[in-house]
Amino acid sequence: MIVKLWGTRGSLASPGPDTVRYGGNTSCVSVEGSKGTLLVLDAGTGIRVLGQSVSQDIERIHILFTHLHMDHVQGLPFFDPLRRPGVEIHIWGPANSTTSLENRLVRYLSPPLFPVRVRDLLSKLYFHELSDHKVEIGEFEITAQMVIHPNPTLGFRIAEDGATIAYLPDHEPALGNNEFPVNGEWTSGYKLAEGVDLLIHDSQYTTQEYDERIGFGHSSIFDSFRFAGEVSARELVPFHHDPGHSDDSIDQMILQTLTETHPGFTVTPGMEGIAFTL
Amino acid sequence: MYNEYAGNLNSEGIIVMDQRDIEVILARNLAEHLAMPIFIVNPFGDLLFYNEPAEVILGYRFDETGSMPASRWATIFQPVDPTGQPLAPSELPLVVATTERHPAHSRFSIKGLDERLRQIEVTAFPLIGQSDRFVGAMAIFWEV
Repeated sequence: MIVKLWGTRGSLASPGPDTVRYGGNTSCVSVEGSKGTLLVLDAGTGIRVLGQSVSQDIERIHILFTHLHMDHVQGLPFFDPLRRPGVEIHIWGPANSTTSLENRLVRYLSPPLFPVRVRDLLSKLYFHELSDHKVEIGEFEITAQMVIHPNPTLGFRIAEDGATIAYLPDHEPALGNNEFPVNGEWTSGYKLAEGVDLLIHDSQYTTQEYDERIGFGHSSIFDSFRFAGEVSARELVPFHHDPGHSDDSIDQMILQTLTETHPGFTVTPGMEGIAFTL
Repeated sequence: MYNEYAGNLNSEGIIVMDQRDIEVILARNLAEHLAMPIFIVNPFGDLLFYNEPAEVILGYRFDETGSMPASRWATIFQPVDPTGQPLAPSELPLVVATTERHPAHSRFSIKGLDERLRQIEVTAFPLIGQSDRFVGAMAIFWEV
């Protein structure tokens, strides 16, 4: 599979000269399987450029939402294949006991928040709700599981031919966990990320920032490294960078954490445009 | 092989813990920060956790008892009604919350490891996650 990062920023798009290297677009990752199945993980602003690169011949695309916070849905109406007649767009997202996934997305894709309504799109939309499920999509086996983040939020484990990735862009496993990260039984996201080849994980804050924002639903980069070590991931991609962090400050955060922790896994900072072949 | 209350057994017969449901993890995290005694069980009624304030009432430290099946914890604390008659497990609020999946409240007495009889009030409720996943139950109790 080929995993490509189209948006690595968290919370709010942050274009500008200080964010050129890591990128200013919010969360979006594509995963393309060996047989051509295309998964899109979240629809942050990064999805716009992804949409322009999708083949005109594609018949079916699967968009998997971890959750419906604005930074993860804002790019959806700008995803070009949504406007292509006949293309099947399967939208997967977290179940909620009070409102369907479709209705929750329609709230955003309708006036006054957006001028175009879902029913006016030319593609064919199909909605699928997940909580703790395993599903097969094309050549992929996907495990979805609820994780710690405000409002129902999923993490994903995606496997194909023995290669595995875990995608946990918004995740605060240390919240209230006195034993973090030494007890997998009681650690959010542990089974999703256990032993994966590639772990894309929330690394939004410095340790000092995290201390001031406990409960916001995000991790410090230090906790992200500790989580990756605990689950024995082979490679960590720090992701969901804070919109207030410049390229230089992210460099500094990663360097400092590498120096402090000497991780036994590879660390590849999440940068817009980089790809991984597994 | 699966051990209902503890997890899977690997090929060497060692218990390999499954990760708990997120709602149960959050419930435990909450319990660890509250000063009220709290007891958490899985969907089978098997004990998963109780917090430090509960240890004081139950007379056992959680580290000493660990997880245990419903059949054990429902009797180990020797619950008795106001007349001193032993309570059947099915009469305990947590058992009601897990078997019937609705809240339950009751007053009864228990005897902890220290052999002291304590009268307690217990309110138990099921933990139901998204997609109607029944992931366990939680009880809050007070010594009265």
